Parts: sequence; C-alpha cells; structure tokens
Amino acid sequence: MSDTLSKIEKRTAYILILPAVFLVFSIILFPIFANVWISFKEVGLKDIRIPEPRAKKIVKSIKDNPDQLKVIYKLRNSSLILEIRDVKFQDKLPKNIKPINLDERCRVKSNKIYCEFGNWKAKYRENFQILLKSSDGKQLNKKELKTIKPKLTGKSDNILLNTNFTLKNFKKVFFQNEFFDLLSTTFYYTFFGTIGSIVFGILTAQLVNQKFFGRTFMRSVLLFPYVGPVVALAYTWELLLDPYSGTLNNLLMNFQVIQEPLNLLGQKYLTINFFGFDLKLRLALTTVIIFEIWRYFPLAFLFILARLQAVPKELYEAAEVDGAGPLQKFINITLPQITAVISILFMIRFIWNFNKFEDIFLLTGGASGTRTLPINVYEQGFTISDIGMGSAVSIVIVALLLIFMFIYFKLIGKRADEN
Amino acid sequence: MKTKSLIYYTLISSIFLFSLVSIWKILVTLQGVELKNFNFAIIITLGIAISLLNLIIGEKLNYLIKSTFFALIFTIVDGYIVQVMPIWYNIGIFAILIFFSFKINKYNQKYLASEHSSQIVVFDFLTLFGIVLFSFVILFPFYMMLITSFKTQAALLINPLDFSINFNQDFAELFKSYFVIFDTYKFGRYILISTFVSVGTVIVTLLFAIPAAYAVARLNFFGKNFLSTSILIIYMFPAIVLVIPLYTVFSQLGLRNSVGGLLIVYTATTLPVAIYMLQGYFRSIPKELEEAAIMDKLNWFGIIIKIILPLSIPAISSVALYVFMIAWNEFLFSLMFLDNPNSFTLSRAIQYLSGDAETPRQYLMAGSVVVTIPVLLIFVYFEKYLVSGLTAGSVKG
Repeated sequence: MSDTLSKIEKRTAYILILPAVFLVFSIILFPIFANVWISFKEVGLKDIRIPEPRAKKIVKSIKDNPDQLKVIYKLRNSSLILEIRDVKFQDKLPKNIKPINLDERCRVKSNKIYCEFGNWKAKYRENFQILLKSSDGKQLNKKELKTIKPKLTGKSDNILLNTNFTLKNFKKVFFQNEFFDLLSTTFYYTFFGTIGSIVFGILTAQLVNQKFFGRTFMRSVLLFPYVGPVVALAYTWELLLDPYSGTLNNLLMNFQVIQEPLNLLGQKYLTINFFGFDLKLRLALTTVIIFEIWRYFPLAFLFILARLQAVPKELYEAAEVDGAGPLQKFINITLPQITAVISILFMIRFIWNFNKFEDIFLLTGGASGTRTLPINVYEQGFTISDIGMGSAVSIVIVALLLIFMFIYFKLIGKRADEN
Repeated sequence: MKTKSLIYYTLISSIFLFSLVSIWKILVTLQGVELKNFNFAIIITLGIAISLLNLIIGEKLNYLIKSTFFALIFTIVDGYIVQVMPIWYNIGIFAILIFFSFKINKYNQKYLASEHSSQIVVFDFLTLFGIVLFSFVILFPFYMMLITSFKTQAALLINPLDFSINFNQDFAELFKSYFVIFDTYKFGRYILISTFVSVGTVIVTLLFAIPAAYAVARLNFFGKNFLSTSILIIYMFPAIVLVIPLYTVFSQLGLRNSVGGLLIVYTATTLPVAIYMLQGYFRSIPKELEEAAIMDKLNWFGIIIKIILPLSIPAISSVALYVFMIAWNEFLFSLMFLDNPNSFTLSRAIQYLSGDAETPRQYLMAGSVVVTIPVLLIFVYFEKYLVSGLTAGSVKG
C-alpha cells in the first residue's frame, strides 16, 4: 500500500518538475554544452544561416499569342558559401493549363510540375522558363497563376553539425588575443567592483540602521540604482561624464578643481604626479568600476542591513556598560556579526561581476582598456563575426567560474563543519 | 572638556557645514547662477567660529534665538559680503544653517567632557554626512535624467550647467522630447512589447515554477537533492555564455526577432530563482493542511490550487514583481535577438536610438525616463514585497 503511494508521489513529482526542468535544460544547460562543441569549430557568423533554394515567380503574357503565357522562375541559392544538393521543385497549375516544350529535368503529373535540378553551387543562379498553354481555349488567368507559390527543397551541410574539429580557436584565445591583458582587466574590474560595493554596503547599512528622520525613504532611495534599468542608467552616466558637454566636467571646471576636461570614459591612462612619482591610473576602467559600485552596492546594503537588524540590542547595551565607544562597538560587535554575510556577498558579487557584460558594453563598449572577458565574447562573436572564437572565450569563462564555485563550496563546507 | 574632543568637534562640524553648503552651491550653479568658488577657507572659518560660539553661549540663550543669530551671521557674510547672491540662494543657506545649529545644539561643554565624546562626535557627523552625500550621489543622475529630457539641444549646448526649466513655455514645448519619441520613434509600441514580454514572462514563469517548487518542497523523489542544489548553481551561470549558442540555434529555427523567443529565454533564466524562492516559502506552510486535503481525496492539482496558492499570495507576489523587474530591465538578450525595429523592447529601442550619433540627447533621456519610471513606481509602491524578493533572490545581476 505505502509502496504504491510512494510510487504515485514519485510520478506526480516528476510530472510537476518536468516542464521546468525541460525548459531550463534546453535554454541554459544545452547552450553551455553547445559552447564546447562550437568552440572546436571554425564557424563565422555568416556560416550559421542554413542555405535555402529560392524561386521568384514572374508571369508574362506573350505578344501575338493570347492563349499562351510565359512563366519565369528566378532560381537561386541563398547561400554565398554552401552548396545545396538534390534540389527539388514543385509548382501547381490551374486546371485548364498545360505546359508545352517542358524542360527535360521536369515532368507533369496531375496538374503539378515536378522538377529535379540536381546540385546547386554556392551563389548559383538560373532563370528557368516554362511556356503554358490553355487546354480548353479559355482565357488564361495571370493572377491565379501568380498567387500559386512554388515549393523548393534541398539538402545542405549544416556547418554546425559536421564533425570537423580544430584547436585553432583556443590557440587564438590564448596566444593572439592579449589573453593576459584581458584576464588582468577582468580581475581588476571584478575585485575592486566587489570590494567597493561591499565597503559602501557596510557604510550605508550602518547609516540606515540608526534612527533618523526619513529613514524609510532613505532605504528606498539607496536601492534605486539597483532596480533601475541598466540602459537608462548607463546612458545617464555617459551624459554626466561627457568631456565637453557633461555636467561633471563642467562643474569641476567651474569650481576650478580641474583645468582641462577629463575624458573619464575614453582615456585609458591618467598620469598623476604624486610627490615626484608618476602614477598611471587606468582611468576608464576606474570610472567603469565606480559605476559598477554605484549600481550594485545596494545589494550588499540590503543584506548587511537585514543582518544588522537581527543583532540583539543587548549586545550593544552590555558593551556600553563596559564603557566601549562607538568604534569599539563597531569593531567588536558589528563586524563579527556580519562577516558571514560579507563572505557570501563577496562570492556572489565576485562571480556576478566577473560575468558583467551590459554595464561596460553600454558605457565604453570595451574601448580604452575596459575589455573584459564577457565583452570579448561579444566582440569575437558579433563584431569580428567569429562564432567559434566567441564560444572558445565563453568556455574559458565557464571554466574559471567552475573553479570559483568549487572554491566557494569548499569554503562554505568548511564553515559548516566548524559550526 | 577635553581638548581632543573640542578639536574634533569644531573641525568635523565645520567640514560638515562646508559639505552641506557646497552641495547647495552645486545645485544653485545648476540653476544657471554664476558661482565659481566654494570659498573653502571662509566657510571653514565661519563654521569653526559658529561651533565655538555654540559652546560658549551654551544654554544661556534660547535655542531659537541662538540658531537664528548664527544663521543670520553666516548668511550675511556668505551672501552679501563675500559675494552678492540672489535671495532664494540666501534662503537656502539660512535653512541649512538653522539645521546645522539644531544639530550642534546638543553638544555643550559638559557633553564634550564625557567619555568617548570625540568618537561619538565623529560618528554623529559621519552619519549625517553619509546621509546627505549618499542621497545626493544616488539621486543626482536620476535628477539629471529627468531635467535633461525637458531641455532643448540649443539650451544644453549654450550652458551645460543650466538645469533650470522654463515653466512659462507651453505644455507641448516643454514635453517636446516625449512627443517626439512617441511620434517619430514609436515608443508607444515598445512600451506595449516590453509590457507584453514582462507580464508574459511573469505568467509563464509562475506556471512552470509553482508546480516544480511544490514538488521540491513537499514530495520525495529520486534526484531531489541534486535538483535543489543544481537550481542555485545554474542560476550562477551568466547570460553571456549562453548567448552564442542560443543565437545560432535561434537563427536556424527562425526564432530571432520574435517576442516569443525572447519570452522563452527570459522564462528559462528566471525559473531557477523563482523555484528557489517559492520552495522556501512552501516549506513554511504547515503540512497538516495538506494531509487533511489528501483525506478529502484532492489530487496534487487541487492541493496546489486550493491550499498552497491562497496561502502563498505574498511569496508569489514578490516572485512576480521580481521576475517582472528582471524581464523589464533585461538588455543582453534583447540586444542579441532583436534587430528589427518592429519587435524592439524599450531597453533595446533606447540603445538603438543612441547608436545614431545624431540623436539629440534629450530624446535619449526622455526614453530613459519612460523606461525607468514604471520600475521605480512599482518598486516604491510594492517595496515590502520586492525587498523580500531581492533578499531571497540575492544573486540577480
């Protein structure tokens, strides 16, 4: 009895989860594996269109011969690079019409024309003609002929499905793609973006955790950058930071903080003279990191605030009795209470910043030293139109990601053991 | 009174005053008033003087008289002697000074003598400073977005610092950018598409996620643990690594440029987090209710509809709002899959608009306002639900 019950339970469970699992599998897991496949192939953006045989039908009347019509089919192979094999053609004729002098590749069977055109090379074109004659002497209907569309079929190689593999893409990724520059930019961006958002998250959470007028309003406002659409915010920042008509540069120049406008998003390095040493700052990258921090510190804020509100008040009261000042309270009570949240946040933000694409893409498009790995995926795949290379870079990202996750779960497991 | 506390108090309070006044000056400059200097030395000196006077006067004078006195001195020095400023500027400065005097009023000689007083002073002012600064830094870009959409190209070129709006012009002139983006750039259509995609994503995601979450939360089956851990791992995988294979497959299947294709992708990417959030909530519903339902011979469908759904309205609303927000704001997939202007979403349309260097930026900002306002309104109105969604979802972009 209980055996059948558990069987029913199992079956129900599978029915319930199947749609979701199927969808996630086909849209998320399948592409990750497909990346591996594509990354070992030499595929360009233009190769992924499946070649199609096409025909454009033109109907013409013939002078001096009203009971005959000429039909021209403009045949072509839609692909510029691939051959189509065994092209078959089929078109229907109205009842009272018969073809005359039919091409030898074709035959007629019960009011239909069937043709076999054989193989079409890439860019193949042909003007194929049929003469039609009325079989019962009635007027031929041009319009009716025109509305019937011919059907064409053919076989072609799908470049994605064949089994030619190459290591070329990975060679290019590691040796011709300024790989270490890419990697260091990505880590720089990820690391400072993560640290920055956590530091500002702690500061703001500490702020909002105190009582003051307008506190709930402040909490909403602090989350605005996080909930706003990235497109709108990125373009606003771009306007704000524009070297000539941007508000920030004009303000700074107005108050004589700087003499020359700074191209904050378009300049790779800024040389700062610091006590006689020339320091080179990655200017555009720093700006992008600041945007990143501005946009994502609210998440850290939210988490840390939730944790802070759960800290028992008695701890602070006891500390006060013991004569601890605000700084000591913060270091000895607040910080230890939030370290767990911070470590989780660090990993989550680290992984997500590592994969961030939209923000940099919209602000700089990857120019002036802000090219990270995700930007490179897009560039390779859609700017240079090399799908194979784009996939190879994606694979590198996935591999690094798996390493991070492995470390993360190791650390979490360790924590769980300790507690 | 400790000397250390005294120094901390005077310095940090005057720096705080300086930053308040400077932010006011920036805002005033943005109304087209010519103001070239923060007058650091003068403001700091005045600030130190006022803080010290506050200590000396203490409670000998009525609080109101004292603050008005400070505010008047400062306003006269700053707005009439150092430079001559318009009256509304001075009113603002006066208000800031009243606020400042109110804040420093609680510090007196006795207070500064107490233990940790220097630290407390620093913390107090840092808090105030933080509130002012963070509000400014966060709200400023939004403010700029809104104002720019009401300006004209010519006005922006003549003085990029002039953010003042001329309310005397007629309505059509003022909202010209909005009329243009709706008339010329078909933004009405994009709003409809975005709404359709986002609402559709919410509905489809919930249809898929609720049964799956129920199964994960309640039923025993082989591979359950594996499934619930892989949900989170899958959610960590970034969109950018899915883009190339999905693009190739969608091209070959003819799903690009179709709103349906976008809907499938959005649903799949939000499903893991929706399942994760819902199953957590379903677990908290007492099991006895369902046992009673099984006695009444309800099947799983009946259980979900009659028991689980009515009890989890809050969780479902927060998932729905969260998914709506993700779908509405999504950009990467709409960039990849849509290149026919007839099927753009709002985000993609704005990006397309900016691709043309000729597009005046007030149009771009008007578009940005149009895409931002619904999200912010929903957020402010349903903040409670959304915050719990954000905390549980935790790992969005």
